[in-house]
Amino acid sequence: MPDEMLHLPMVNSLLERHKGSAGALLPILHDIQERIGYIPDAAIPEIAHALNQSQAEVRGVISFYHDFRTAPPARHILRLCRAESCKSRGAEQLAAQLRERLQLDDHGSSADGSISLRPVYCLGACACSPALELDGRVHARLSAERLDALLDACREDA
Amino acid sequence: MMPSLYLPSDSLARAVGADEVAVALITQARERNLPLELQRTSSRGLYWLEPLLEMDSPQGRIGFGPLTAADVPSVLDALGEPSAHPLALGLVEELPYLKTQQRLLFARAGITRPLSLDDYREHGGFEGLKRAVTIGGEQTATEVFDSGLRGRGGAAFPAGIKWRTVRATQAAQKYIVCNADEGDSGTFADRMLMEGDPFLLIEGMAIAGLCVGATYGYIYVRSEYPDAVATLRAALNIARTAGYLGSNVGGSGQAFDMEVRVGAGAYICGEETALLDSLEGKRGIVRAKPPIPALKGLFGLPTLVHNVLTLASVPLILAKGAQFYRDYGMGRSLGTMPFQLAGNIRHGGLVERAFGLTLRELVEDYGGGTASGRPLKAAQVGGPLGAWVPPAQFDTPLDYEAFAAIGAMLGHGGVVVADDSLDMAHMARFAMQFCAEESCGKCTPCRIGSTRGVEVIDRLLAAPDQSGRDEQVIILKDLCDTLQYGSLCALGGMVSFPVASALKHFPADFGLQPSEAEQ
Repeated sequence: MPDEMLHLPMVNSLLERHKGSAGALLPILHDIQERIGYIPDAAIPEIAHALNQSQAEVRGVISFYHDFRTAPPARHILRLCRAESCKSRGAEQLAAQLRERLQLDDHGSSADGSISLRPVYCLGACACSPALELDGRVHARLSAERLDALLDACREDA
Repeated sequence: MMPSLYLPSDSLARAVGADEVAVALITQARERNLPLELQRTSSRGLYWLEPLLEMDSPQGRIGFGPLTAADVPSVLDALGEPSAHPLALGLVEELPYLKTQQRLLFARAGITRPLSLDDYREHGGFEGLKRAVTIGGEQTATEVFDSGLRGRGGAAFPAGIKWRTVRATQAAQKYIVCNADEGDSGTFADRMLMEGDPFLLIEGMAIAGLCVGATYGYIYVRSEYPDAVATLRAALNIARTAGYLGSNVGGSGQAFDMEVRVGAGAYICGEETALLDSLEGKRGIVRAKPPIPALKGLFGLPTLVHNVLTLASVPLILAKGAQFYRDYGMGRSLGTMPFQLAGNIRHGGLVERAFGLTLRELVEDYGGGTASGRPLKAAQVGGPLGAWVPPAQFDTPLDYEAFAAIGAMLGHGGVVVADDSLDMAHMARFAMQFCAEESCGKCTPCRIGSTRGVEVIDRLLAAPDQSGRDEQVIILKDLCDTLQYGSLCALGGMVSFPVASALKHFPADFGLQPSEAEQ
């Protein structure tokens, strides 16, 4: 892991940008994660100081929300929808296919570092279930073949 | 002369290949030296036909769909005689699915470009704001009250009462908060509206701000909807430049502005008080009520909190008058509701109709039955906290009170259809598991009861004999009661709906005889 201290100038410039904005912790965390890929531990004292909060409060917020990561993700992030609409169209079979191919539980990163897997509960694509999100892009009307093709593409660009 | 072509930029249309179709159209038209004019519009919400390409004709727009990029050469060949193409649909507005709808809120869906202010104004945009500025705040609140509009997020509280409460409360600062944390599976109307018609929501919020005396607003959008976030942010800048936001909203002399805030994957933040805490930069923890947000909301100040569809209904109510709106619907459920057909359904999409059509009309006539072709088993109405309704109850009219009477709820209007392959015991267990995962942890019934619920269902399914099952059924029903009556908010309070309805209507999935589940 690179030295997290290297991220601090960026963190501080983001904090400066949100200064004076009410209730800015979520936008700050989103901005940091978007630029760095996760929330580095070294950023937490800086955030707490800028917002006049305790580090415990900042950590409490980070751990509450599913979106925030405290470690770098794999090269690709795949979120398979596991909510009711997709379940009614075979999402559980797709989940089994993912576990099998990636040798992973529903959460985690594949051993080769190519794919981070996470469940998601609804992508708003319910009229064309089942659906997943790969690197921010939604794919709907999924089939087992389509899922395999998407996984192959993720593996190939290693 | 090449006719104008229209293709949705909606995120679900793109998720099934609209961008690939657009690229193929542009490159192949260039190769053929065809002067192509392709507009990216919102989606009609006829999602089973997406990507749905439309083309101007003297009679109106005609459609082709569902297309893939591979169909593009034959579509370009057929532009001279469109009806010859195997994927030709004829006049889109004559399709029965669309023609029989009553589109008030989604009147522009599929027709206009989301970020074109001119398109919006040409189709009635900002007429409501203009009238609100003319008649003033008191009369605006009366129109909303008289329209009978109820909160579309699920709780169905009369909107006019909230507006009058916030308006009457004195404070140095008041807020408008739009709840766009549409986390329920089976719902996508908020997403469609924000991606497809963002100025409508902005107009509704501006009217609300002027009426109740709020000068700032927030739209809290879930992070799973990045396209909606980007479209809204772009639309806010356009509206601000045009004078619909800022220090003199629509020439009213009053100030109102707003921003978009993005959630972070917590289902509970769709609960209004948890959403307010999240907006304040905290964990999304549910607050005890009272005080109600209308009196002490965001940062402890009076706040009008509404779902996207509630706020987006307001411009039309102002433009056409309360009576026009009241003429739709039945009983105390007035106006139209955008129902959303999802799950195992042949014709998934958005159906906006006045309240009162039956679930059967929605699922069978519009939806065309299951996508798999297997027998229909049940439909979950109103999201993950809604009841599983068996086909025997499908003649219930879609009306808040009629659904409450059968122990179900309409919620946000989402309908997830399931065929006979879906195991309802698994779905009941999932409901408890989801509640455990997403509970904010503030109240004991929800925090602990949901985990116990998963365990009880596991024991019920593993019980070797009838007395073992009977014992677990009694515990499960007792637990459902505790959750329903003892929880602080609707997450714990309503998780009993999918569980108890699955148990009641599909006992065999739990290994029970019908009589055992009835006890």
